[in-house]
Amino acid sequence: MNMLTEMPACSSEPFASRETAVEVRGLTRTYGENSVLQGIDLTIRAGEFVALLGRSGSGKSTLLRTLAGLDPAPAGSLLVPANKSVVFQEPRLMPWKRVWRNVTLGLRAADPKARAEAALAEVGLSHRLNAWPLTLSGGEAQRAALARALVREPALLLLDEPFAALDALTRLRMQELVTALWRAHQPAVLLVTHDVDEALSLADRVLMLENGKIAHDLTVELPRPRRHDAAPFIAMREALLTALGVSH
Amino acid sequence: MILAKAVPSSRPTSASGLRLPKGLRRAIAPLALLAIWQVAAATGFTSPQTMPAPSLIAASFWNLIVTGQLGPNLLTSLTRVLVGLAAGVTVGTVLGLFAGLTKLGEDAIDPTVQMARTLPHLALIPLMILWFGIGETPKIVIIALGASFPIYLNLFGAIRAADVKLLEASTVLGLSWRETIWHVVLPAALPGFLLGLRQALGIAWISLVVAEQINATSGIGYLVMNARDFLQTDVIFDGLLVYAILGLTTDRLVRSLEVHLLAWRPALPNR
Repeated sequence: MNMLTEMPACSSEPFASRETAVEVRGLTRTYGENSVLQGIDLTIRAGEFVALLGRSGSGKSTLLRTLAGLDPAPAGSLLVPANKSVVFQEPRLMPWKRVWRNVTLGLRAADPKARAEAALAEVGLSHRLNAWPLTLSGGEAQRAALARALVREPALLLLDEPFAALDALTRLRMQELVTALWRAHQPAVLLVTHDVDEALSLADRVLMLENGKIAHDLTVELPRPRRHDAAPFIAMREALLTALGVSH
Repeated sequence: MILAKAVPSSRPTSASGLRLPKGLRRAIAPLALLAIWQVAAATGFTSPQTMPAPSLIAASFWNLIVTGQLGPNLLTSLTRVLVGLAAGVTVGTVLGLFAGLTKLGEDAIDPTVQMARTLPHLALIPLMILWFGIGETPKIVIIALGASFPIYLNLFGAIRAADVKLLEASTVLGLSWRETIWHVVLPAALPGFLLGLRQALGIAWISLVVAEQINATSGIGYLVMNARDFLQTDVIFDGLLVYAILGLTTDRLVRSLEVHLLAWRPALPNR
């Protein structure tokens, strides 16, 4: 259905290069009268971690879904690697398949079980290989979803508010885990979130979507792990919160 | 500080008194009913012609077994139900899959089935007898017809109710249409199908009872109708007992099938 919008990254388009994971030009998306995205331009370098902030209804999830190939893109050009994975806010594991079978679902590789075991070991779920998904805790299920995404060795990892439904402590652990996995595997990452601190802790670059346009593009040049009480961190947080309309 | 007063915590030992095993506690009401019944019959409160004593019914049940009247008739009835059920489940499944999985199937089948299901299938018995005579065929057709509707309706509904979020996940995981059906849609529809199977079983037994009371020359229904003609009330009760045992047993079978096939549902209590 999305044939026109889903071109592999190695296509011969002039602006495509091995250094670019995502190239979006003039992406517009309308639902009836409402235009959710208005001429979005977005480039994500290979291996770059980009966070996408925005109020609810700002179209950030629509942008991610368009990149994921779940929503059609009627106008604009879109270059996305064919090899991409998505982690949603809910784990979306098939409840009738054991955890490792969920990880191998759709995986076309030799010895899928060994790869699933390796991926689950990486997210710390070696002991739940044969568990039923509905018996997992929220954090465990989301880690299984991460393993399912990473086992495909994606060039682009799309994270749609993946920690929003987790408790604060689990969320911090998951953020550390995602950072470690991103370092180890070097995919380009687009993290959609409404949490300014999360965006600033994880991303190389923070984008803010407003009225269907990218209103802010902030490069975060702070060494990791980032201290939330460091002066530049606080300054950037204030700037972003003000832009979101939550100033003190 | 009245609220802070501790509630006595010795309730389980003191208040409920005797702690009986669950199975025994559940047997209390039926056993009490049987006892009352037995006493009522023994004291002449009920006549043997209308309500024979449970002991009498048990004796005639035993008699039916040892004289070889029960076995062959039971086998006949079981065969009717199993053949009818198998045919009905097959038809219901095929139609349910076709309508559930394809737009063409839905348009072609669903409106007709939804219309046909409003007609009580037992009303077709006279027509079935005209068409198929009074042999086994009309009985099996009636059972199959009755059983096919719950299977179709539940399967179709369950397929259409498959979680859109899981379907999106399967798209993202790169599953083909066929793989999505096999790994996502059908497993998601299985609980609905099994529910349909249990309903189909219930309808199959009802259909059997009705079908067997018309022009049957064998089967539990024949036994019962024969007993009516000879005023053998105890044998009528024996027939009811057999129907009850059969219904209960087959329902148990489907339930254990559920426990086995739906092991992934932690909410399902062990029965």
